[in-house]
Formats: sequence, C-alpha cells, structure tokens
Amino acid sequence: MTLPRITEHAGEWLRGAGPNSEIVISSRVRLARNLAGFPFVNRASLRQRQEVRDRCHERIMDSRVRLGALWVDLAESTDLDRMLLVERHLISRQHAQAGPDLPRAVAIGEDETFAIMVNEEDHLRIQVLRSGMQMAEAFEQINRLDDLVEEKLDFAYTRRFGYLTACPTNVGTGIRVSVMLHLPALKLTGEIDKVKRAARDMHLAVRGLFGEGSDALGDLYQVSNQTTLGRGESEILNDFQSTVVPQIISYEQQARQALARQRSAQLDDKIWRAWAVLSNARVIGTEEVMGLLSHLRLGVNLGRIDMVDIRTINELFLLTQPAHLQKLTGREMDPAARREARAELIRRRLGAVR
Amino acid sequence: MDAPVKDKCDKCDKKASFHSVEIVKGQKTEINLCEVHAAQESKVAKAVHTPINELLSSFVKAQSGQPVTEEALCGECGQTFSQFRETSLMGCPSCYAAFEEKLTPMLERIHEGGTHHLGKIPKRSGVAEQKQAALLRMRKQLAEAVAAENFELAARLRDEVRRFEEQTT
Repeated sequence: MTLPRITEHAGEWLRGAGPNSEIVISSRVRLARNLAGFPFVNRASLRQRQEVRDRCHERIMDSRVRLGALWVDLAESTDLDRMLLVERHLISRQHAQAGPDLPRAVAIGEDETFAIMVNEEDHLRIQVLRSGMQMAEAFEQINRLDDLVEEKLDFAYTRRFGYLTACPTNVGTGIRVSVMLHLPALKLTGEIDKVKRAARDMHLAVRGLFGEGSDALGDLYQVSNQTTLGRGESEILNDFQSTVVPQIISYEQQARQALARQRSAQLDDKIWRAWAVLSNARVIGTEEVMGLLSHLRLGVNLGRIDMVDIRTINELFLLTQPAHLQKLTGREMDPAARREARAELIRRRLGAVR
Repeated sequence: MDAPVKDKCDKCDKKASFHSVEIVKGQKTEINLCEVHAAQESKVAKAVHTPINELLSSFVKAQSGQPVTEEALCGECGQTFSQFRETSLMGCPSCYAAFEEKLTPMLERIHEGGTHHLGKIPKRSGVAEQKQAALLRMRKQLAEAVAAENFELAARLRDEVRRFEEQTT
C-alpha cells in the first residue's frame, strides 16, 4: 500500500486560512463509537477484531461516506506510510505503533477533512479536521458523518450512559473538541504555564503537537475538552468555541502586542535570526526547524517580515517531518541524511535556492 | 431468537440471577443459579447490593474457611473491576451495567459531576439494550467454541448470531 496522492500537498487544515488563523491553526472534532454486541478492542479476540475491521470496511465503504474515501489497511502498511499519516494527523501514534497482530485500518476523506480510525482504542474513532477556527463547521460535518455511518452499523448505546466507550473518560457523547493553537508570544513571555494551569482548572487538556505525551514543538498546543458525560454536544461545543478559545486567543494577542511594544528589538532579533538560519542552514534537525518556523510565523503575522507567506510556513511545519521528507525525496534516509535533505527543502521553499 | 432463560435456580426454588453457558469439550451446559448458590459455586455475579455481598462473603467464608474476594465481575465478558482499575479500560459494553455502582462516583469526578447521558440519541435506536447483551453473550460462546476447536458448534453459533442480527436490524 502506498499513499502517492497525499504527500504532494498539505491537507485542508494547513491552508493557513479560516477565521483567527494567525493563532488557530486547525479545529478538530472526534467521536468515539463502538459496535453493539462486540467486546471492546482491548478484550476482543483476534477473530473478533478481524470481524470488526471487515464489517466496518464493508459497511463504511458501502455508505455515502465512501465517496472519494481511501481505505488504508494499517497492519499491512509500511512504517513510513503509517508515520506519514501520523504527521498529517489522520491517525494517532497509538494507532500507528500497535503491534502487527492488531487488525486495524483508517478511512480517509478525499480532502483529508475527515478520517475514521478502525480498531484504535474504540472500534471507531471518527474525526474531522478543518483549518482555522471552524469548530461549528467541523461539528456539523462530523454529525452528518456519524449519521451516515450509523445507518449501516449499530452502535453500543444505553439511555443512561450514552455511547459506550472502552475508557469511561469518553463515555456519553464520545466527543472531543480541540484546537491547535500557535502560542509563541505566551511562550516567549513565560505566561504559557499560567494559561496551562487556567485551562486545567476549566477541565481542559493541554497537549503538544501530536497529542498525548508529546512536546509542544513549534509552540503548537492542542487544547481539548475533557468532559463527555452529563452535557450535550452543543453545550460542550459552545463553551469551547465561545468562551475558552477566544480567551486564549486574546491572551496570546496581548502578549504579542506587549512584546512588540516593550521588547521590539529582541522580538525582531528572534524573527530575523530564524529567517537567517532557515534560509542558510545546510544541516538541520526537526526540533530546531519547528522552533525557528514558529518565530518566523510570528514575524509574518505581526507584519515584521514579508519574505515569506503563512501558507509556506504552515506547509514547512509538515513537510520537514521525517516521513514527509522521505516521501518527498522518494527515498528512505537515516537521520543524518534527513538533516541535509531538510535544510535543502527549506532553502528551496524559502526561495534561497534557485 | 433470544435463547430462553430459566427463571429458577438449578438447586432450589429461588429466582435465578446468575445465568451462564459453559462449554466443556464441546458439551454445552446451561447454568442458572440464585445469588446464594452462585456464591457457593464461587460464581459470584455482579455486585448488585453491597450488604448482600457482605452477607454472602461472610456466609461463604464460614462455609469454606477460605478468604473470599468480593470482586465485581462482568457476566458478559468476564472482566473484573480490578482489571479495569489496572487498564482504565472496560472489557465490553455490558461492563458499564455490571460496574455501575462503583463507576458512578468515578464518573462524577471525571465528568464534572456528570453521571447521565444528555447528548445525542442515535436516530435509529439501534439494537435494544438487552439484545446487545444477548449478542455479546452469543459472541463469547462463539469465541470459546473456536478456542476449543469445536468447529461444528462454532459454525452453528455463527449462524445463530447472524440470524439474531438480521432479526434485530
């Protein structure tokens, strides 16, 4: 199984457009669902897991969801393809790294705005990913998808507990709404820890770029709801999009203004050093790239540098990741070779190589 | 069709609250027991009321002289509550009903006091709750038959599951 089509461009969510896109990179909604009458994945036998995978394959690809969708059998995919899907946020790390004996798959929408993971922690994890602050649109899309899948599959559901999930932290609505935020100014002013604490007090989770247990590389943070039971989907969604996210956005904006007012020389120094290194480096690692791209992105958003546009920067966040780099150059590389190829790709995209 | 479930205990005239089918060397045996006899057979069913459980454990202790676990158990998938504590994962949809009592205070803590679903209801109400449990039970028997390499029984159970699903959807 190869994934030729999807490496050439970034997904819809990295367009760098959409409301509040200077801070909100993307909006995501996911639903956890399980098939009625089967044990959950962790307790199912191999045969039962295969049966769940096959049934989901047959029914999902038989529904209207199938239009333009790509079905990827992950147990048969290469490590590189699985890593590529993780980098594109179409599957979780856990889903990519599960053992070879776990039958599992993902159905991916044509424009990559949706993905349905099969046999992750739950039988089905449906997600919609959109660029910028598009929470309501994402919710509307996922609700439609859920209805389409439900026409073909019976979900485990009770009146009291709602949608039943393997982990009780997801039970009820099974909904997780999240945004990926670019918060470089809060990081530079050291206020990010205050924001994290406040978010936790509001029962929100703050995580790094690739979710649970990952670092906030590139000053990219995922903020998501934790409560799934005892509240309706629209209540959860409204709180999140009209209270929580706007508040964090305004903190970041204030921090940006304060930096520009009080420490403008230091701010410009960060931005122009980022430009200098990115457009001249010959050997460079992912972590350093992410940090520099973050400062460059801040500079473009504040109008302090105009050598590059936001879309190019957003794409570089993705294309400089190990799997993308190897797919783009068409060969598998060790980390040392990747650092060279990465530096060249960046210089090329920034117009420093003709 | 739903397999007929016996109302009475195999050993006395009380209402049976523990039902199970055991497959030994391909022989299917149905077991229906009241709470007391289930405890005696050390097939302690779901922890319904703590006082009864306490009563039972002291009763069984007195009988056997052995320490007794008051372990809550899911009758459908066999997962115990301590297994859940270890992994944080439920074994099957029926675990929620089996562990309801112990789960409720945990759910309150996790979900800002929420203990009951207030969200989306599937348009097609799907398979009714008791049928979901029956389906789980049938699939468990099927998995056991496969594990015991009793393919004749497995094939029969597979047909039963298929018929059952067709009738309910």
